[in-house]
Amino acid sequence: MHYSLWSVLREGLSGGKGWTPAWRDPEPKAEYDAIIVGGGGHGLASAYYLAKEHGLTNIAVIEKGYIGSGNVGRNTTIIRSNYLLPGNIPFYEHSLKLWEGLEQDFNYNAMVSQRGVINLFHSDSDRDRYVRRGNAMMFEGVKAEYLDREGVRSFAPFLDFDNARFPIHGGLLQRRGGTVRHDAVAWGYARGADQRGVDILQNTEVTGIKVEHGKAVGVETSRGFIRSRKIGLACAGNSSRVAAMAGLRLPIESHVLQAFVSEGVKPLINQVILYGAGHFYISQSDKGGLVFGGDIDGYNTYAQRGNLYTIEDVFEAGMAMWPGLGRLRMLRQWGGIMDMSMDGSPIIGLTPIDGLYVNCGWCYGGFKATPASGWCFAHTIARNEPHQLNAAYRLDRFATGHLIDERGTGAQPNQH
Amino acid sequence: MRIGCPYCGERWNDEFVVLGDADAMMKHPAEATFALFYDYVYLRDNPAGRHRELWYHQGGCRQWLVVTRDTLTHAVHGVETARCAAQDIEAAS
Repeated sequence: MHYSLWSVLREGLSGGKGWTPAWRDPEPKAEYDAIIVGGGGHGLASAYYLAKEHGLTNIAVIEKGYIGSGNVGRNTTIIRSNYLLPGNIPFYEHSLKLWEGLEQDFNYNAMVSQRGVINLFHSDSDRDRYVRRGNAMMFEGVKAEYLDREGVRSFAPFLDFDNARFPIHGGLLQRRGGTVRHDAVAWGYARGADQRGVDILQNTEVTGIKVEHGKAVGVETSRGFIRSRKIGLACAGNSSRVAAMAGLRLPIESHVLQAFVSEGVKPLINQVILYGAGHFYISQSDKGGLVFGGDIDGYNTYAQRGNLYTIEDVFEAGMAMWPGLGRLRMLRQWGGIMDMSMDGSPIIGLTPIDGLYVNCGWCYGGFKATPASGWCFAHTIARNEPHQLNAAYRLDRFATGHLIDERGTGAQPNQH
Repeated sequence: MRIGCPYCGERWNDEFVVLGDADAMMKHPAEATFALFYDYVYLRDNPAGRHRELWYHQGGCRQWLVVTRDTLTHAVHGVETARCAAQDIEAAS
């Protein structure tokens, strides 16, 4: 069923009896042309673009829970492409361009809101760093704007501009950045993939990956063995566990990142604002709650919950940037498991096993990358070689020394 | 999450700094081949379950510890000093 103003009017007048499920709940087939393990944003987007761009329609997405139950529904919904390094900017910019056309493309309201992203800076050296980043963006054709103190004030007068320790000197603005309704991304991709013939197998857990003579031949699941010569892993925080089923060790550690929502208030903050002196990012959802987050807890974990001292740290950063935040009550807090890579950048590419592909290492940045990640992963799976946009994200870059260390902290996943 | 330091007793984990996988980082291979070095610097088992890891008690006795901790439940199953753990590793090799 095509969603449009007319379908809403028609169903509104007929009591909504004509709405059909947005995707099927099919029985697994014995064999697929390609299997995607992981029904999150990236997995569903991969299946969608495999079907749409590469004409493969005999595809299954295998998800151990229900779709969108992982990080695609647990993030702070920010999209942007204000990166520094050459491997990153073109990829994230491609993602932002896909976000801009996404709703028309998959005929689903994902509430893409390009409200602008402002990175604050608090000292002269901090300013130089952001000017450098802005210049790097403009070299790649991505617009970035330098805001002085008054420029920032015109967007967000409530910030603590004269903070004794970290006064706000200005900011780097990317107007095309913003937020997206995250659950709708999973649903939109699922529906779009399903309409093109992709089988979405929910509550089906992959328990083994079968490899014969160095080639992937299928997966063992809780609903039986499924054959396929192309298997893509998009398992986020569980990437190491799933890759281990094929005997692979990844340069990944799993860590918990917490996020927070305040009580709902009237429109208060119109952009996404990132604090430069600590790690803190905040925006306001359409329901009115302020959505914000900070650093990971720092230790390996698969438990989707974090510790109080990290919460304290996030709130201290928030209060330093915006003292008025203290007048609001926090409503909810949750944790998601991040696949933290050794250089802070993702991995989309081939593995030493023929027909087995990995998409992991998203650290904090997975949500904004969803469309480009799926698009590039689909290309990599269909053509058995990476696209130019994800060529730098190869798995063997750690062995060859071609790291993409945006933050410059080395092989310490909990520092990225 | 609380960690029982052998010197200081049970303390909140915000007194500690975590470094990571102890088994990966305390290995001292006899020969430093490229493959072993790559393995040592980058690859991790990253298990869901019991995990031996290096923690530094920065806000206490400033000793390096090897903590055996469950990454699914955060339960701490054992703590020893890194010095003892290193001796055990040496004795076993």
